[in-house]
Amino acid sequence: MKVKIHLYTRFERFWHWFQAFLIIFLMVTGFEVHGSLRLFGYDDACNLHNLAGWTLLILTAFAIFWHLTTGQWRNYQPTFCNLKKIGNYYLCGMMRGESHPFHKTPERKLNPLQALSYLFLKVVMLPLQLISGLLYYYYNDWVSWGLATRLDGVALLHTAMAFVLLLFLVVHIYLTTTGGSLVSYTLAMITGWEEIEENV
Amino acid sequence: MDVKGLNYSCSTCHVTKTHKISGRYYSRPAPNKHQFALPADDGERLACESCHGPVPHKKNEILNHHTDKVACQSCHVPRYARGGVFTKVGWDWSSAGKFTADGKAIVKKDKSGNLIYHSKKGDMRWAENVVPEYFWYNGGMSYLREGDKIQSSTRPLELNALKGDYADKDARIFPFKVMRGNQPFDPVELTLLAPYLFGKKGTGAYWVDYDWVKACDIGMREAGLPFSGKVDFIETAMYWPITHMVAPKEKSVKCEECHRRSDGRLENLKGFYLPGRDRWQFLDNLGWVLLGLTILALLLHAGLRFVSSSRREDGGKS
Repeated sequence: MKVKIHLYTRFERFWHWFQAFLIIFLMVTGFEVHGSLRLFGYDDACNLHNLAGWTLLILTAFAIFWHLTTGQWRNYQPTFCNLKKIGNYYLCGMMRGESHPFHKTPERKLNPLQALSYLFLKVVMLPLQLISGLLYYYYNDWVSWGLATRLDGVALLHTAMAFVLLLFLVVHIYLTTTGGSLVSYTLAMITGWEEIEENV
Repeated sequence: MDVKGLNYSCSTCHVTKTHKISGRYYSRPAPNKHQFALPADDGERLACESCHGPVPHKKNEILNHHTDKVACQSCHVPRYARGGVFTKVGWDWSSAGKFTADGKAIVKKDKSGNLIYHSKKGDMRWAENVVPEYFWYNGGMSYLREGDKIQSSTRPLELNALKGDYADKDARIFPFKVMRGNQPFDPVELTLLAPYLFGKKGTGAYWVDYDWVKACDIGMREAGLPFSGKVDFIETAMYWPITHMVAPKEKSVKCEECHRRSDGRLENLKGFYLPGRDRWQFLDNLGWVLLGLTILALLLHAGLRFVSSSRREDGGKS
């Protein structure tokens, strides 16, 4: 039997979509600054990229506060149990019409594979991108901070992480189509309510 | 600064004090530590920073991030020789001394009226509205003086080699007019030659007797310098810092004129990472290939999903 449960709170949804917009916008402007595409013109691309970067930093501060105060950080506790089961489902089970082996609850929204990937996103990928971005922005102060004054390394890391995030984004968007219908996961992130198989 | 604006005359900036003219910066380094360059701090040197300070951009902090490595002039003098006034950019002395069949001097002008050939001087090249060439420059130059041995193997030979590079914290990217020449030198003594040019017929002056060896012999003897008796020509370059003809800020050099993959103003200035121009090709290739492979894999997955679900539906029906 199917039931509707409230999975995503209002702040969580706001945070998700605002972050999604900022990250995509940072990618577009960032790749323009990198020289891969032309859209806003270098001048605007650069300024908008910095503005979006600072905005994401502020949003992240709120998100960290939210995770800590609501206990939502527990969703990202990594587990390697049943990881194989989840992998098998995406590779084979889904084709056979099996139902998803993981049952979402408001207390545990993420399956083990999601928990691991989002944890990696949040504690490795985004911080690396943030730190290299800030270093890039404060390039002029490196001397007074006692850092070597070459931009190559920082730019290289920032670009590499941009590609990793782009790959993450593509896979993430594809996986949103694997719900009950092609858009059911996306709708859940908009309304907050998701229809799930009742756990019997 | 023009009549319609601040109405400055030359001496508003180039103030003279006991016969010293402010602003002669050729022999002095760039404003120290890129701070204000007021007369009290920096002698009689005059710089943009004298009035504007080291971080003059009020609306855009990113522009101020440039001032440690890019001189004001690099962006604010987008082109030189503007307003229909040509500037001489090349002078080939080696082609001087040609005459018409009946022995008359040849004088050629281009359609703008610039002298492009004269029997006395050789070929000359002119240009207007020119994009400067950019080099690292800390305000110092090493001059090749009369009588100095030519030691550098750089060609064209630099008459005033610029000092500074990316690693030099006092050096900034600075715009230059490069005057290119082909001028007489002594291939044995390895020095530039000072020919005797102007005089009466029969004195050996080049502009009347047209004999390089004779003219150089007299000129070098006057200068008290050795001369082997051989005259050859060598390609030379001379750097002229561009600092006047500041354009209104709307017409200053745009970001993408340097921050671009190719054909940028700084295309030939290597040795540092310039965002928008430089990248690690391997990383870019790897990134785009991985993106392509990922999309391909996802398409395959989507295809399998589609096929298997339609099979299941068919199976359900039959």
